[in-house]
Amino acid sequence: MLSSTGHPFIFLLPVLAFVIFWVMAKFEPKPVGVTKKSFFERNGTPVAIYLIVAVAFWALFMIVLPQLFMVEMSFRPKLPPVEMGGPKDLYTFENYHYFIYGSTTSSDAINWVHIKAFFLTILASLLVALFNFALCYPLAYYMAQAARPARVRFLLLLLIAPYWVNEILRAFAFRIIFSSGGLINKMLLGAGFVDQPIDFIGNDIALYAGLGYAYMLMMIFSLYNAIETLDHAQIEAARDLGAPWWHIHSFIVIPFAKPGIASGCTLVFMLSAGSLAAPLVLGGPRSLWFTPILYDRFFQAFNWPQGAAYAFILLLACVSFVLLVLRLGRLSLGEIAK
Amino acid sequence: MTAAVEIDHLTVQFGLFTAVKDVSLQIRQGEFFSFLGPSGCGKTTILRTISGFQEPTQGVVRIGGQDMNGIGPNQRPTALIFQNLALFPLMTVAENIGYGLRVRGVPKAERDRKVDELLNLIALSDQGNKKIEELSGGQKQRVAIARALAVEPKVLLLDEPLSALDLKLRQHMRNELRAIQRRVGITFIYITHDQGEALTMSDRIAVMNRGKIEQIGNGRDVYEHPQTSFVASFVGENNGFSGTIAKVSGDQAEIETSVGRLTGLNKKSLAVGARATLFVRPELVRFGAQGENNLAGSAADAAYEGMTTHLTMKAPDGSSVVATLTGTPAREFPSEGSPVSFAFSTSDAIILPA
Repeated sequence: MLSSTGHPFIFLLPVLAFVIFWVMAKFEPKPVGVTKKSFFERNGTPVAIYLIVAVAFWALFMIVLPQLFMVEMSFRPKLPPVEMGGPKDLYTFENYHYFIYGSTTSSDAINWVHIKAFFLTILASLLVALFNFALCYPLAYYMAQAARPARVRFLLLLLIAPYWVNEILRAFAFRIIFSSGGLINKMLLGAGFVDQPIDFIGNDIALYAGLGYAYMLMMIFSLYNAIETLDHAQIEAARDLGAPWWHIHSFIVIPFAKPGIASGCTLVFMLSAGSLAAPLVLGGPRSLWFTPILYDRFFQAFNWPQGAAYAFILLLACVSFVLLVLRLGRLSLGEIAK
Repeated sequence: MTAAVEIDHLTVQFGLFTAVKDVSLQIRQGEFFSFLGPSGCGKTTILRTISGFQEPTQGVVRIGGQDMNGIGPNQRPTALIFQNLALFPLMTVAENIGYGLRVRGVPKAERDRKVDELLNLIALSDQGNKKIEELSGGQKQRVAIARALAVEPKVLLLDEPLSALDLKLRQHMRNELRAIQRRVGITFIYITHDQGEALTMSDRIAVMNRGKIEQIGNGRDVYEHPQTSFVASFVGENNGFSGTIAKVSGDQAEIETSVGRLTGLNKKSLAVGARATLFVRPELVRFGAQGENNLAGSAADAAYEGMTTHLTMKAPDGSSVVATLTGTPAREFPSEGSPVSFAFSTSDAIILPA
């Protein structure tokens, strides 16, 4: 795929990555005045070298290179295999052009279908993340501050057990439950709340529920970890000073758990925006999620460069959105990784 | 005058464990009242019941004459200072102190004035904008006190707040706490296992053991006139000799112990044959003299502390007896293992039921 001029670069990269990590280990930043053993002394030379090689390999071959390939590919035209690397194989913006105008050359019409799907995906993922937060916060708080340890273990088991079932199966189960003849509609009809079955799937309600459910654990664990480290005496102190429960949550617990909340919300947001199984299975006939469109670029249109461009657009949007949220919340990346 | 806090037949159970057993007492307005006892004696449970974090299993807590059952901690006229202080780390010093006022919807201008006043009281006037982590241990302590005082509680509850400080600071904070209490004039209820703290600060002390009050009185009462063996041995140092009453004559009694027959004051009017313990304070034991009660043994240890020296004698039955000498003793300390004799007066020894 890469032009011949790229080959030396590819072979140099692993060496470069190794050197970078070796230098990082060698000149590890240390707190002033602390005499600590160096990375090599702490681990022993063989283990230290193994760690550096393993991390370099992982970072390079699992993360950086695949992404670089995709980014590079997104700037290439779609060509039959024989013409790849030929005179027509020049860097181009046509794949990005297509996303906006629905054509690789003309700028007459706007590609509303894809653009709308893209923004709806971002917006819906945001809503899923917020909804998940609202749903998980009380439970996480209960587990972290109120429940006894035995109860916490039991709840954790209940939370984890559904995830032993595979994701597609869970999505299909949701489809069955939410269908017009499904359990929920039967109950609503039976109780007389509605006279017509509600079209949960056509209205994307099933999709949002499925997405929320799929990534609930990410939210629960992020929140639980953050709230659990809050000293219970702080909550009692606030109560003792006269604070009602909502004041304690808004001014004591939530500010304290902010890194965990940010980490949970960004995880759920990213995973929702990039989710494929749930939109495919639970999406209604009219629903437009960006990932199935992206998937179609690759496997229906067989246009890998365009698919790569679409994927890169989604990635960029998600990352910039997360960075924006961190900025607004005055948080650093390191804090949410705690 | 109604009592500031009245505890009426209070019992608190946790499952099968009874933390507080049928305790009744009254704490006066403006009093510095301490609960003193070993860990697990129920003192913290009493404090949490007064503050509202713990519901009584039986009995009533009244504050200012008002029954507090069913009233949450955020509705009670009490403020609690936690053992670890529980200051809010994300707020500044001023925000911490003003938190209770903010919760009550006090306008900002008035709140700021009140906070400044309290910062003055705790001598941290210009440090309102500091973060909690920038303060020293003693300063944090004072901020916790100011935060509690800001809501103008009728009763301030303190749960061993000095236990995390080093010795020097602890002694300094004792005086400071006492001074603050005098200045603001509200009732302080103080929980501690440190008898020094209880004795120096309190108007009255309740000595607790196993969920029950053993004795209530001022420092001198508790130290000089213990009513039970537990109080005699828990408050201050004491030498105890257990045995049975052998003879009673007037207000004195003779007790047969493993170190011989000793005579002391029979404060509890024990009859002949009763199991009892004779207590005598180390500072009332004389070294190298003869008196009404004499003990002989071998010198075991001399712990020299400058102002005082604790001489330990090993009695023939293996038990240790301590005599505390003040000032510079006239003679050399006996070397380890050499024979020594201790003596004490009958009027300095108290016989209490075992």
